[in-house]
Amino acid sequence: MLLEIENLHVEAEGTEILKGIDLKVDTGQIHAIMGPNGSGKSTLAKVISGHPDYEVTRGDILFEGESILEDEPDERAQDGIFMAFQYPVEVPGVTNSVLLRQAYNARQEARGEQPLDPLQFDDFVREKCKLVDMDPDFLDRNVNVGFSGGEKKRNEILQMAVLEPKLGLLDETDSGLDIDALRTVADGIKSLAGDDNAYVMVTHYQRVLEYIEPNHVHVMVGGRIAKSGDKDLAVTVEEKGYDWLADDIETTGAA
Amino acid sequence: MSTDVKEFIDKPYESGFRTDVEADQFPPGLNEDVIRGISAKKEEPEWMLEFRLKAYRHWEEMEEPDWQNVDHQTPDFDAISYYSAPKNKPKKDSLDEVDPKILETYEKLGIPLDEQKMLQNVAVDAVFDSVSVVTTFQEKLKEAGVIFCSISEAIQDHPELVKEHIGTVVPYTDNFYATLNSAVFSDGSFVYVPEGVDCPMELSTYFRINAQHTGQFERTLIICEDDATVSYLEGCTAPQYDENQLHAAVVELVAKENSEIKYSTVQNWYPGDEDGKGGIYNFVTKRGMCQGDNSKISWTQVETGSAITWKYPSCVLKGDNSTGEFYSVALTNNHQQADTGTKMIHLGENTRSKIISKGISAGESQNSYRGQVKVTPRATNARNYSVCDSMLIGQECGAHTFPYIDVQNETAQVEHEASTSRIGEDQLFYLQQRGLDEEDAISMIIKGFCKEVFQELPMEFAVEAKKLLGIQLEGAVG
Repeated sequence: MLLEIENLHVEAEGTEILKGIDLKVDTGQIHAIMGPNGSGKSTLAKVISGHPDYEVTRGDILFEGESILEDEPDERAQDGIFMAFQYPVEVPGVTNSVLLRQAYNARQEARGEQPLDPLQFDDFVREKCKLVDMDPDFLDRNVNVGFSGGEKKRNEILQMAVLEPKLGLLDETDSGLDIDALRTVADGIKSLAGDDNAYVMVTHYQRVLEYIEPNHVHVMVGGRIAKSGDKDLAVTVEEKGYDWLADDIETTGAA
Repeated sequence: MSTDVKEFIDKPYESGFRTDVEADQFPPGLNEDVIRGISAKKEEPEWMLEFRLKAYRHWEEMEEPDWQNVDHQTPDFDAISYYSAPKNKPKKDSLDEVDPKILETYEKLGIPLDEQKMLQNVAVDAVFDSVSVVTTFQEKLKEAGVIFCSISEAIQDHPELVKEHIGTVVPYTDNFYATLNSAVFSDGSFVYVPEGVDCPMELSTYFRINAQHTGQFERTLIICEDDATVSYLEGCTAPQYDENQLHAAVVELVAKENSEIKYSTVQNWYPGDEDGKGGIYNFVTKRGMCQGDNSKISWTQVETGSAITWKYPSCVLKGDNSTGEFYSVALTNNHQQADTGTKMIHLGENTRSKIISKGISAGESQNSYRGQVKVTPRATNARNYSVCDSMLIGQECGAHTFPYIDVQNETAQVEHEASTSRIGEDQLFYLQQRGLDEEDAISMIIKGFCKEVFQELPMEFAVEAKKLLGIQLEGAVG
């Protein structure tokens, strides 16, 4: 099993946000996590990647069979966990290619593999740019500075393509994209998905799931997974909204 | 902020060792006899002694200014020794005769003085406490007609050049510390680039304060004749002592018609310990005169050391079409204080100036940018562009900006931009999520922030400056 989450409880500033999450993700799978605002779905992605604002109070996260709760975010990244950010961060004065190469080589080193020199890396990264239909000029621009919303999201997918993670966490990667950008991003993700990796897409809308078909859909409400199912669940949610699930969870909670 | 980040800035000062050499040192105290003593030690001509005495008499009437945004005790000027020289005074041009312990010191600091081992194409003048111990690559420079030696030697060997220019850019009456320096300066570097010569190599001076209870008062004078160019770099370190030590230098640059002087500083004086004990008071007056038309002076400074840095490398743009530039990175950590910036005085027509200042504050430090842009009535079509960016690391530090703009000619165009940002956990988390460890992530953010300034440094020194910033910041982000 690639990722196992067991009874995960998480707090931020004294408020419990995740109230007992269980989730298993295996290689070759694509999971979608849906839910209304404040349901904790983005928090889940951040906690898996080690964001310092959140405190795990109970439960465990196992990656390839080992607990990663004590690991720093960079150690998790080097293990093969990648999160595409909902709001990618600007780093003025640092070009995309410098960040990409340093990140790539940090991972190579952690795995005891050869780093690439700038020229080799340039060839490598130009190929990856094609995957997300990105002009190689973007490599010389400062990380996310002055990028449009769509460019930022594509840049996240480019980073993911370069780092080739085992587990890709996509935090609302589809939000704020027009239909063409959405298709490009979805195509990029699809081309990366394979038998030896897995993707977890956190999303608000069913729309993206028309382009990337998930094996499993989970709906989060109030810090719990209210319901899991196949891709049809996403369609049901689109039609009926989340309220019926909220009632459901309250009933269960009361029982 | 996480505690990790706090731990990360606090890497110890790496140049804080002391070298055991026998020194010829004056007893502490300042009076006319001390000044006559310094002048006599250096076998100076009468006019030089007169200059010193005039300065001293003027200084006695002065008081230390208090407008700066730093908090410090006025040094006890009678507790400082004004002259300290390694006893085994070496002869110039011969490394064999320099005390091997001193050579070792520079080696340890990463500045080998052996020409074989040196950086290609960089000539070095090494100043140890009060005197210059050696200047490398003399022969090669001589071929090009460039004079690069200690100021003491220049006073002996080229008195007419020194006499003509010293005190013309920074008069002996200029300010409290410049006046003190004019009275007691010990050594420093002298550069003369004759007409039409592009200096064939980078020139560099490394200043080292070694002895305890001494002040360092170096004086540097660089003269570029018509159509000449030179690039000069200074670096500074000192051992760790619990007491504050005073460093009060004066640097004067004279750029004649169509000439260009590029002056870069990487300052790493001992900053004091993490509780703010000890460290160098770096009170320096640096000024360049763009005397000729189409001349250019460019200051680049990377200030990471000193308990207090208080200096404003400035340009007087006298020649028409002359250009002044100031690129600065000032980093303060723990209890360090910096009040630094520049003055651009536009006197000539079509003069241009550019100011790029990057302040980084961490720990409990205070970092101020203070800059003046003055456009005088005659300076038609003057242009200035200033950017002052501050970055805060942690919650207990401060960043301040004091721009003074004085425009007396309506054709002038003056632009000023300022920003303050904080290294956020978001930025750090983003880079760590991409697999960079915390140290590399911080260093990447800082380097990005300072990029426009580092681009101005000669290549070898840019690498060194980036390393220094990394060292100074370890444990800082919290």
